[in-house]
Amino acid sequence: MTTSEIHDRLKARFGDDIGVPPETKGEPWLPVKRERIVEVCRFLKETPGLDFDFCEDLTAVDWPKRNVIEVVIHLLSYQHKHALKLKVDTDRAAAEMPSLEGVWKTANWFEREVYDLFGVTFTGHPDLRRIMLPDDWVGFPLRKDYAEQGGWHGITNERENPLVELKRLDDVARAEQAKNAPPPPPPPAAPAPAAPPAAPSTPKA
Amino acid sequence: MEKLILRRIDRNNEEMVLNFGPQHPSTHGVINFIVETDGEVLKKAVPDVGYLHRSIEKIGEGTGYPGFMPFTDRVDYVAAMFPNEGYAIAVERLMKIEVPRRAQYLRAISCELARIASHLVSLGTMAMDIGAFTPMLHGIRERETINDLIEALCGARLTYNYHRIGGVAYDLPEGWKEKTLAFLDHFDKFLVEFDRLISFNEIYIRRLAHVAVITGKDAIDFGLVGPNLRGSGVDWDVRRDLPYGAYEDFDFEIPVGKGFRGEVGDCYDRYYCRVLEMGQSSKIVRQALLQIPEGEIMAAKVPRNMKPEAGEALSRVESARGEMAFYVVSDGTNKAYRVRARTGSFTAMGIIEKASAGLMIADLVALIASLDVVAPEIDR
Repeated sequence: MTTSEIHDRLKARFGDDIGVPPETKGEPWLPVKRERIVEVCRFLKETPGLDFDFCEDLTAVDWPKRNVIEVVIHLLSYQHKHALKLKVDTDRAAAEMPSLEGVWKTANWFEREVYDLFGVTFTGHPDLRRIMLPDDWVGFPLRKDYAEQGGWHGITNERENPLVELKRLDDVARAEQAKNAPPPPPPPAAPAPAAPPAAPSTPKA
Repeated sequence: MEKLILRRIDRNNEEMVLNFGPQHPSTHGVINFIVETDGEVLKKAVPDVGYLHRSIEKIGEGTGYPGFMPFTDRVDYVAAMFPNEGYAIAVERLMKIEVPRRAQYLRAISCELARIASHLVSLGTMAMDIGAFTPMLHGIRERETINDLIEALCGARLTYNYHRIGGVAYDLPEGWKEKTLAFLDHFDKFLVEFDRLISFNEIYIRRLAHVAVITGKDAIDFGLVGPNLRGSGVDWDVRRDLPYGAYEDFDFEIPVGKGFRGEVGDCYDRYYCRVLEMGQSSKIVRQALLQIPEGEIMAAKVPRNMKPEAGEALSRVESARGEMAFYVVSDGTNKAYRVRARTGSFTAMGIIEKASAGLMIADLVALIASLDVVAPEIDR
């Protein structure tokens, strides 16, 4: 089934909560109202003929200009070999949407990742914790306005150029070498091989 | 840091919470499992990932389109050809670039060799986790030859960086075809030997058959992909079902788990699907080498400074660890607005909490090994 056929079926069932597929030359998608997303997804999964049994991907894109974080859901049906892309807009300031964990179990980890990196809260999620970053990390790195925190528990994320460090080590080693090196042999040592009888009288360096 | 404390919950029975990892040799990388056990039997094992998070997706927003290619190697460094290819295909879809046929063949050849290499590592280390050391050496020995071949092809042995947006970086070197065909002849014999050495070993079978069964329904629900999905009896392979590149031209079978020694979806099925897949990959490489057309290896007029129209593209490739999808969003500038890599290991980790309940600790090792997770691919 193509996206527009699926759109017609969804439209018949959910009315205006399904947006119009935007005019695009690329891959089509369907905008879905945030409040109905769980019902829509359950319908997509359970309706014969649609059978979207595989939640391929759930991720997000931050759009500060529109002031939304767009949650993008890729679905695939193993049976009919058709794919569908849904998009749900959430407000950037209070990013929140219902969890799809009850529909596809795989959404559990995907949602944790989106929560971790974008700060979207999934209501009804059984175990919404950070997944990649430490629990006490500040900020959501994949947001466009994320500012680095300058370190975490004394581990700095600023590092000087390794070449500078190498040069310093080199300089230290060279100074050390110069200090430990034997002092240059006194001038009388130079003619020593030329005059063997004089050798015993030469003071040892 | 509560999770770092080993503690007894109750003095009267044997319940414990302990850390399995992050530096455990059989976790295949830096992963921690917080394991709740009652004596030797697991209540559950909760994976704690993120130790190798390198924010590759964020890096993708900062480099230009071609500049991100070396980073994709690091998404899955055991089989780096697949993220290369996945990213290249996604950007090609954005840029509407048509890849020459010869380049597509070269991609298929390099990817299938990488698949064999990856499976050899996976199966060898799996046998080692179970307690058999020798198969690992056999696997690594064969992989070494593949590494040599790939090195001759693209100069790198691990992080290949071979595919380019619009084609591949280098054409076949002289004499490479013959060398590879000779290797494949040897490899087909090796597979028989490998089966005799380990796959049909009675002790090995008993360690894996009927262990950690994942039903097909669960496998789909938890988003397992690749050999893990097929091991559970679901007949799906992106190469055949949603063909990309040159795969339509090849004749190959998709091994599906059917309870080879135990029941459908146990560790042995996942293991043996991989063994059979190596044979099929060898078949594909052979066909590709014999049929490869002459021609260009890069599309004409691929700009250095890529500025795709605003839009987005999703690519799916069948990596060694199952379906890998790259989702690239462009806003019309020369840097990607968003790069997303969906990887097989990430979703495979999600099922461990469920699948591990009731296993013995030693069988948890078998489960992790049979899912073939690679830590950098989980964390990215």
